[in-house]
Amino acid sequence: MRKTTYRYDPSRRTVLKFSAAAAAAGVVALKAPSVFAQDRSIKVGTYGGYFEESFRKHIFPEFTKATGITVESVPEPTGEAWLVQLEQAAKAGVAPADVNMIAQVPMIRGIRGDLWQRLDMAKMPNAAKVFEDYLNTYPDGGVAGVPAVAWFITLVTNTETYADAPQSWKFFWDGAGKNSLGLLALASNSFMLDIAAKTYFPGQDVLKSEDGIQKVLDKIAELKPNVALWYRDEGQFQNALQTGEIPAGQYYHDVTGLAAADGFPVRSTFPQEGGVADRGSWAVTKACKKVEEAQVFIDYMCQPAVQATLARKVGTAPVIPRDLMDLSAEEFAAVSSDTAPIIPDYTLYTDKGDWVNERWTAMITG
Amino acid sequence: MSLQTRPRGLLQHLPMAGPALVLTVFFLVPFGIMVAYSFFHRVEGGFYEPAFELANYARFLTPLFLGVLGFSLTVCALAAVLCTAAAVPFTWFLARLSPRGQTAWLVFILSVLSLSEVIIGFAWSTLLSRSAGISNLFVALGLIETPQAYSPSFLALLLGMCFITFPYTVLVLYPSVTRLDPEVTEAARTLGASPLRTFFTVVVPSLRQAVLATLVLVFVFTLGVYVLPQLLGEPQHWTLSVFITDQAIYQSNIPFAAAVAVFLMLVSLALIGLTLLAGGGRKP
Repeated sequence: MRKTTYRYDPSRRTVLKFSAAAAAAGVVALKAPSVFAQDRSIKVGTYGGYFEESFRKHIFPEFTKATGITVESVPEPTGEAWLVQLEQAAKAGVAPADVNMIAQVPMIRGIRGDLWQRLDMAKMPNAAKVFEDYLNTYPDGGVAGVPAVAWFITLVTNTETYADAPQSWKFFWDGAGKNSLGLLALASNSFMLDIAAKTYFPGQDVLKSEDGIQKVLDKIAELKPNVALWYRDEGQFQNALQTGEIPAGQYYHDVTGLAAADGFPVRSTFPQEGGVADRGSWAVTKACKKVEEAQVFIDYMCQPAVQATLARKVGTAPVIPRDLMDLSAEEFAAVSSDTAPIIPDYTLYTDKGDWVNERWTAMITG
Repeated sequence: MSLQTRPRGLLQHLPMAGPALVLTVFFLVPFGIMVAYSFFHRVEGGFYEPAFELANYARFLTPLFLGVLGFSLTVCALAAVLCTAAAVPFTWFLARLSPRGQTAWLVFILSVLSLSEVIIGFAWSTLLSRSAGISNLFVALGLIETPQAYSPSFLALLLGMCFITFPYTVLVLYPSVTRLDPEVTEAARTLGASPLRTFFTVVVPSLRQAVLATLVLVFVFTLGVYVLPQLLGEPQHWTLSVFITDQAIYQSNIPFAAAVAVFLMLVSLALIGLTLLAGGGRKP
């Protein structure tokens, strides 16, 4: 997924667990009444690496100040590995973290597998401010996940290789040249199907049938000679983009902006067809025993002021309407755009996931 | 323990109980769980359900995945042959050095083991890149006109695989090479064989068992490599290990990942068995 480095640190967590248990035992033994206020705490999981560090630095201390609830930050491993761990742990009645940031495909899997606890919107008044389409719901309307942050995948280019910024995703097919592109390696993280459908077909409806998907895949196959690298690791492509080794491709808007601010010859462009808006949601597994605190946290995160802080400090796009926040035009442009986004059709990667992924693999390896 | 070689009675078997228990708990049980999972039912868009069905194996037996299996076995066998071919003469020369020289080389080779697959992959992809790589040196020397990217490519992957396994091959070969009786090669030289001929007709055959063990080691080791193909190979060079990772980590398809892993293990065990059978017929 994004901004992740694989980091699993059971020893530290075990130590914390043991020390928590020891502290609890001490409390019981001393019958100290004053620790009650300190007792409220939750564990929050975000992607290990940049995300987890930024949240630990800029978000969690403020949350503790505002609510008195202390946060133990848990770095999540990459991909859907965390979902698998959460699911296994939930079967054993354990919640490795109380609130988890979860990408959309694993979010849907968790709904199908009845993994997430239903959240009470009445306890989270600020959650009513988020884009309604972004809420993750059970078929009966129960809320399984509340949007946390959004991010954009855009068209990025090296400014020394390409003097003018490209205007359309069509650039991948006819402007970039041979062996010049870095694209994400998987159907479910590159969203190239959604991009190609929006660019070369009437829209994403073409992806409703297998025939249509095959047509879009054939269109993507045309750009294979232009692709120098199909990457899973973001660091691999970012480095190549900065040096001009691979002068164009798809990448994250905010990180590209940070690299440009650091003086690297790179730019991020929202093509006229739109950037890809992907997002993470907050979700709570059924094994979590601190739903009250979890809901306080999620409500806090939906506040306009906090969404603005996220945009400024973490570089994520807000999940609430722009007019609720005090972001300047420049601050908003650093994380988002007024161009209508391409919102991925996530059911492609769940309901038809195995078929789509297999056809995708056959296409890029063929 | 006099001349008795096999332990007898419960008491003498006792020291083995510890390792046997560890092997059972940490190897056999997880492996058994994996085999069980490989028969589970995949719920598309969700997780999986306990079941007994062969659908995962059936899905693997399609041209797409069999093609990947064929490629993986080929590239790993090739890496095994190339790496061993480089390691045998290297170790031979190493064993001729002074003890101080040998130690220095061994320490250097061992230090390569401290590098992770990720670091090695990134280092080679930089070394073989157009903008910062070795081709710039070739341009400076006037060998080629403009810098070129040599990675990702099949050769880059092969190079990376050989690099990561080379220290192991030297370590496996080293004891056998140092134990070689120097009088044997001296006799060959006295009888008029050239140094090259002595190496191929005397040294290599007497190392047959060690060479075979090295081939098997590199083959098995590289089958499990899954970062290098992503960093140094093009999509058609992604090995089965990469696809197992994709299935398990990116598509939450644990049953299919388990089935592919079990299948890969059975095929490689069979190949190793055949190799040992073919090579171990007579003792050197």
